[in-house]
Amino acid sequence: MSKFNVKVNGKNHEVDVDPSTPVLWVLRDHLNLIGTKYGCGVGSCGACTIHLNGRALKSCQLPVSAVGAQPITTIEGIVAEAGEMHPVQKAWLELDVAQCGYCQTGQIMAAVALLKTKPNPTEEEIESAMTGNICRCGTYVRIKAAIQHAAKSSTK
Amino acid sequence: MQQNHQPNKIVKMEKSINHQSRRSFLKVTSLTGGGMMIGFSWLANLVPNEAFATAANANDWVELTGFIKITPDNQVKIFNPNPEFGTNVMTSLPMMVNEELQADWSKVIVEMGDYDTPRFKSQFTGGSRGMAQGWKPLRTAGATARMMLMQAAANEWNVPVTDLTVENGVVYHKASNRSANFGALATAAAKLPKPEKVVLKKNSAFSLIGTPQKNKVGKEIVSGQSLFTLDYKYEGMLIAMAIHPPAFGMTLRSFDASEALKMPGIKSVFDIQVYKDGYKRAGFDTRAFNKLVVVVGNSTWEVMNARKKVNVQWVPTETTKEIVSGWGGPKEEVVPGGLESTDEHMKQMYAMQQKPARLLRKDGDPETAFAKAAKVIERTYAAPFLSHNPMEPISCFAHITDEKAYFVAPIQIPEMMKQNIVSNLDIPADKIEMKLTRMGGGFGRRAYGHYIIEAGLISQKMKAPIKLIYTREDDMTNGIYRPTYMVTYKAALDVNNNVTAISIKGGGIPEGSVHENRFPAGAFENYIAEGWEIPSNITIGAFRAPGSNFIASAEQSFLDELAEAIGKDPLDYRIELLKKAKANPVGKRNDYDADRYIAVLELVKEKSNWAARPKNARRGVAAYFCHSSYAAHVVDVTMKDGQPVIDRVVSAIDCGVIVNPEGAKNMVEGAVVDGIGNALYGGMRIEKGVPIQKNLNQYRIIRHKEAPKKIEVHFVQNNFDPTGLGEPPFPPVFGALANALYKATGKRLYSQPYLNELNKS
Repeated sequence: MSKFNVKVNGKNHEVDVDPSTPVLWVLRDHLNLIGTKYGCGVGSCGACTIHLNGRALKSCQLPVSAVGAQPITTIEGIVAEAGEMHPVQKAWLELDVAQCGYCQTGQIMAAVALLKTKPNPTEEEIESAMTGNICRCGTYVRIKAAIQHAAKSSTK
Repeated sequence: MQQNHQPNKIVKMEKSINHQSRRSFLKVTSLTGGGMMIGFSWLANLVPNEAFATAANANDWVELTGFIKITPDNQVKIFNPNPEFGTNVMTSLPMMVNEELQADWSKVIVEMGDYDTPRFKSQFTGGSRGMAQGWKPLRTAGATARMMLMQAAANEWNVPVTDLTVENGVVYHKASNRSANFGALATAAAKLPKPEKVVLKKNSAFSLIGTPQKNKVGKEIVSGQSLFTLDYKYEGMLIAMAIHPPAFGMTLRSFDASEALKMPGIKSVFDIQVYKDGYKRAGFDTRAFNKLVVVVGNSTWEVMNARKKVNVQWVPTETTKEIVSGWGGPKEEVVPGGLESTDEHMKQMYAMQQKPARLLRKDGDPETAFAKAAKVIERTYAAPFLSHNPMEPISCFAHITDEKAYFVAPIQIPEMMKQNIVSNLDIPADKIEMKLTRMGGGFGRRAYGHYIIEAGLISQKMKAPIKLIYTREDDMTNGIYRPTYMVTYKAALDVNNNVTAISIKGGGIPEGSVHENRFPAGAFENYIAEGWEIPSNITIGAFRAPGSNFIASAEQSFLDELAEAIGKDPLDYRIELLKKAKANPVGKRNDYDADRYIAVLELVKEKSNWAARPKNARRGVAAYFCHSSYAAHVVDVTMKDGQPVIDRVVSAIDCGVIVNPEGAKNMVEGAVVDGIGNALYGGMRIEKGVPIQKNLNQYRIIRHKEAPKKIEVHFVQNNFDPTGLGEPPFPPVFGALANALYKATGKRLYSQPYLNELNKS
């Protein structure tokens, strides 16, 4: 066990865990940030997508020992950052995207990161940026539309 | 360690379930501190899916679930009775209540009802039955509450109740310009006798039903709040994981946990037997492995690591025979020993196709028709096991004490777990409490609640609150797959290319999917359907539109090929056959309404501009009826670098009255995507008993770029009572895609997943 200081959503936390512990489980088990979901543990489904230094990343593949001083943002932090629902979250609600909803926080995190680098992504750019995020209910068409909707509303 | 059990809002839980008795259909209760609560109940006998739609006689309903709760400060809460796994019952079922209640929908709070033991005989999500089940009782509950609120106002103002009106949660006496909101009236209303007679609105008077309404849980979902069992926490909760055999046909011999127990955070390692010897299983008590090794510790990662250090010895199983009660009554289930393989399964299924099989239905004289045929078209279709892979892996929280057994569980059919819990955990029925969480997908998997028993056994052993977590690998290699299937369709043609007979023969491991009374039965003078099964130790379960999902793919591919062979338009040929079946139905029983079938085909024909399509259009059509709703799809596809690109899907659906058009559209879109994904990529391979695909990097699931570029959903407008959409749009996707791929590649597809067959030279 080792002590680590991690900065999550602007707050510093000290955790005492095995260095190999993925950030996913640090968030869920130790910091009670359960908006980041477990889906596969092998980086193939994207349910655990977070931002590290503002970039989307699968937290099940990131050991806590590799984080260092890099800031982490989770879905809980996206709301806090915007002071209200993030425009991407609003677009998700506007287009009534979710079915079971389990993957959607990961999808939203991937979409927020995409729009940061590409405020007006093409369909192909959306498909490519979102390819790591599985939605087993098949809401892909709505997710794409919601990303386009969010892009439009934030460039207005 | 720190912060392991820090108090947080997730831990704060309601601990009690309402056990008030409800002798009659509706029970009105005054709330402590004022307000009213209306409980309602209904029946849903566990009848086969297709029969259900016709069983909606109000007098038949028995106790079920649900509440309307109104507080003096005018909060209106509607409890959704049916567990939610993504079909949006949290919105659509309360909409039914509120159509009659007439509270302000934008302010109505919707809450998932807990499991309410013996009265909730059908607190059931499955079989696409939610809409049909709820239709009358939920509206009746809403109407009853509204009438009582109106009566309370009438008494208060000393005016006839007939002079009152209700709008958005306010009762008005317009003549005297008086009004009162539901909250102000609720306490008085709760003391009134319930009305003898409740008149429901005519469909034409609906103001909420039929309007697109957003998901009531939308905000919680997009902000990642604790909704799922996997998110659930409890003070002092331990994490448990189970180790199951690496192969079907193996069971536990012994284990050595000495290394694992040295790992940090590990509390205990032990084995459990899930079901007791001699336990009489019912239909949803399937479990792949009865003996498991369990590792319990403080945190998920610690347990994940420690379980790798447990040294387990496995031994082969013997053949067993059990009596299992299911839909068709008790049946002997043979579970053979031995290590099975997909290649061997294929050989066994081909061999069964050559042998005599069980006759399911025969009309006319198909033998003579085939003997006299000028030409016979014979095609054999096959499909693999499929894993459900709901996004949220299986988990269950259990906290069993002397006072009660408390479960937090993602389960579709909680009431079916009761006897299982009573029998295998020795807990009296009245001590069982279950909180039903939102489920991260189901697709059939969560009808099988063996994990509730497993969690219960672990909590009993640990004398502690525990959460059992399956890793993705645990879930995917745990069986309960969609069966693997094979079917042969044969058509006899005379010299004039008239189809004189149809034969359908098929089966599966360990069950088949021939529905002998479904279309095209009824459309052919000479018709035969036969079936067979091969026992297996690979466990299977319901998978989105069980049976239908495969047989529709075969049937709709075959009809397409048959239409081409006799020189007819594939869409028009289906309509022609249905018209024939309607005018002169062959046989005693045909399980479809030809008119409604035709209507979805006509609608999809119109909306896809089918008739005007170019000759070289890479376009396929299919239609199917199952689980009480009708669906047709037209798929447009192009091939790009050997990969299919789905350009557009046009869907036509008849599910009767559309309660929430937005939710309904979403369901159909999802079914289209899921159908394309499973048709192209889905499949679980077994080698020597071992499931080969173990995680989502090996088991291919459709992704963003593979989804259709466009899905257009159209509904037939009619006044039939609503039926479900979880399953019906799914089966015809496979056939429509296969038929489109044929147009795109010139290759007919007979074996799923289609992408494998497409890429074979």
